[in-house]
Amino acid sequence: MTGIAASSGFEARIGYWARSQKRYDTAFRLGTALFALLVLVLLGGVIVALVDGAAPALAKFKLGFLVTEEWNPVTDEFGALAPIYGTLVTSAIAMLIAVPISFGIALFITELCPPWLKRPIGTAIELLAGIPSIIYGIWGLFVLAPLLQETAQPLLIESLGSLPGVGFLFAGPPLGIGVFTAGLILAIMVLPFIASVMRDVFEAVPALLKESAYGLGATTWEVVWSVVLPYTRSGMMGGIMLGLGRALGETMAVTFVIGNAHRIHASLFAPGTTISAALANEFAEATTDIYLSSLVALGLILFLITFSVLVLAKLMLQRLQRGLGT
Amino acid sequence: MLKRILAAAAVATLLSAPAGAQQIDGAGATFPYPLYAKWAEAFNGQAGIKVNYQSIGSGGGIKQIKSKTVDFGATDMPLPADELKESGLVQFPMVIGGVVPVVNIRGIEPGRLKLTGPVLADIFFGKITKWNDKPLVDLNPGLALPNQAIAVVHRSDGSGTTFIFAEYLSKVSPEWKEKVGASTSIKWPTGLGGKGNEGVAVTTQRTNGAIGYVEYAYAKQNKMAHALMRNRDGEFVAPDSESFQSAAASAEWEKAPGFNLLLTDQPGKKSWPITGATFILMYQKTDKVNASRQVLQFLDWSYKNGGAIADSLDYVPMPPKVVQMVQQTWRTITGPDGKPVWVGAAGM
Repeated sequence: MTGIAASSGFEARIGYWARSQKRYDTAFRLGTALFALLVLVLLGGVIVALVDGAAPALAKFKLGFLVTEEWNPVTDEFGALAPIYGTLVTSAIAMLIAVPISFGIALFITELCPPWLKRPIGTAIELLAGIPSIIYGIWGLFVLAPLLQETAQPLLIESLGSLPGVGFLFAGPPLGIGVFTAGLILAIMVLPFIASVMRDVFEAVPALLKESAYGLGATTWEVVWSVVLPYTRSGMMGGIMLGLGRALGETMAVTFVIGNAHRIHASLFAPGTTISAALANEFAEATTDIYLSSLVALGLILFLITFSVLVLAKLMLQRLQRGLGT
Repeated sequence: MLKRILAAAAVATLLSAPAGAQQIDGAGATFPYPLYAKWAEAFNGQAGIKVNYQSIGSGGGIKQIKSKTVDFGATDMPLPADELKESGLVQFPMVIGGVVPVVNIRGIEPGRLKLTGPVLADIFFGKITKWNDKPLVDLNPGLALPNQAIAVVHRSDGSGTTFIFAEYLSKVSPEWKEKVGASTSIKWPTGLGGKGNEGVAVTTQRTNGAIGYVEYAYAKQNKMAHALMRNRDGEFVAPDSESFQSAAASAEWEKAPGFNLLLTDQPGKKSWPITGATFILMYQKTDKVNASRQVLQFLDWSYKNGGAIADSLDYVPMPPKVVQMVQQTWRTITGPDGKPVWVGAAGM
């Protein structure tokens, strides 16, 4: 008798325990789902707020907002062309410089580097990624810009400034500060991101493939060109896109060295502005409603540009993973 | 039991703290922020009233006071009288500041370069492009001006400093007034933008052949090479507290409703031509009688006792004549019952 009673009590306790566990499980699942949903809600909220804030400016200037260079707070005439141009050109310069260098760094670390040097170089790149952007900005303004004004820019203006076809890119007085310097700073900032993604995808290449190629008598360069590159193409593109996303949105460092002028110059040495730099500079004192709305519209444009870059990056990374799976 | 008593006591202290400590809130211009912060600290020590001033920019200050989230707003760009009337605000000047053209020309000592308003406007228009262009050489016969390109440096962020500078250029150059105008940020015909006074200062100091403009206290503390300006009376003057006060005292405040008066290009032999003031905004008819009274108490204290602090930070106090006029204005600020909230220092 007592045995049965004890066992049924035990079962009841087990049942109770299982039921309560189930409740905890449900609560836990709902709780985490809520946190995850929060991200979607936040993203949606940001989009709604941007569109809502930008509406007056977009209604007033219509599509002309995208193609007008005029930016005049006195007469309340605004157009986004100069900041869009500056954003794209500085990012393009950054990519032109950073991608080949990152490629070299990643290749050296994975294929050519003596093992004892691998760790220090890898750590140094990661540390480079950890430097706050304002430090880059201050360094750019105090060290890099004067250096460029005194040395590199006069040299480039003299040598390339008179070349037909590209000369206009290197014309004008050397100011030190400008679109070119901003692009250079951005290149240094995105370099560690691109380099470390590239290193990771290069390391994902199966040793079997590479060793087979070496076994067939291929040189290192041939292995890289015919085996590593085709295998990692989309992964590398993903890394480049991540770097590009960062370059497009970078604010403080660019603000320090770009010269912050709402104008489009052919010369890369002339001052310009980017969307994020314009926002950082002008938000606090945007006195009229249409001025504020135009700045929010700039933010919306930047959001759309970086969003599409990141979507592209995601798609490419997905393609890489699918490639690895087969 | 003991625990519960402790908890009750803790709650009681928490609740009583905000009621006991008095606080007034203000927001606006960044230019007077260091001074307001110092004044607030000293005032809190004496009167036990905490002044919380957020330097969010003049535009933000105007927005905050209009949405009544603060007890007073602060702006470097005075609002016109009709806008004040429309939104039921009163405005008065608090402290004087000046804007100083600073230069970086190799071989030219600080304080030697002479400029006039029209020449300065032409430089910032990009019409005078080299330091040895004729108008500059004619003005400075004794100086060996180099054959160097001029790099114009301006503020990239919106700023009262820009407003004062551009307003001066509008007064002395009809073309500037027509094509560019004056506001806290403007469409610059040429030049590099630096963020904040420090951005303009560093860009000027690091760029050969540069000319920029910074707020006076900043130029003085950083010993920047300033230029001499020719004022309305035809005299070349250096920027200092004397020349700012002269400009403020010569101004005809009586004729400016809402103190909407700009101190640029004022008469007087000693007057610095690029002088400005920073302003406080309050509601003419206030719902928060106590807070408004405390704001006026703070401002009154600052006029009377804040001179030394202002001097130490290189701000210039308002001349006594103007202070008296401002205090007259304070008497027109009323509560919901129509009674003035402040009737002089004796009333506190």
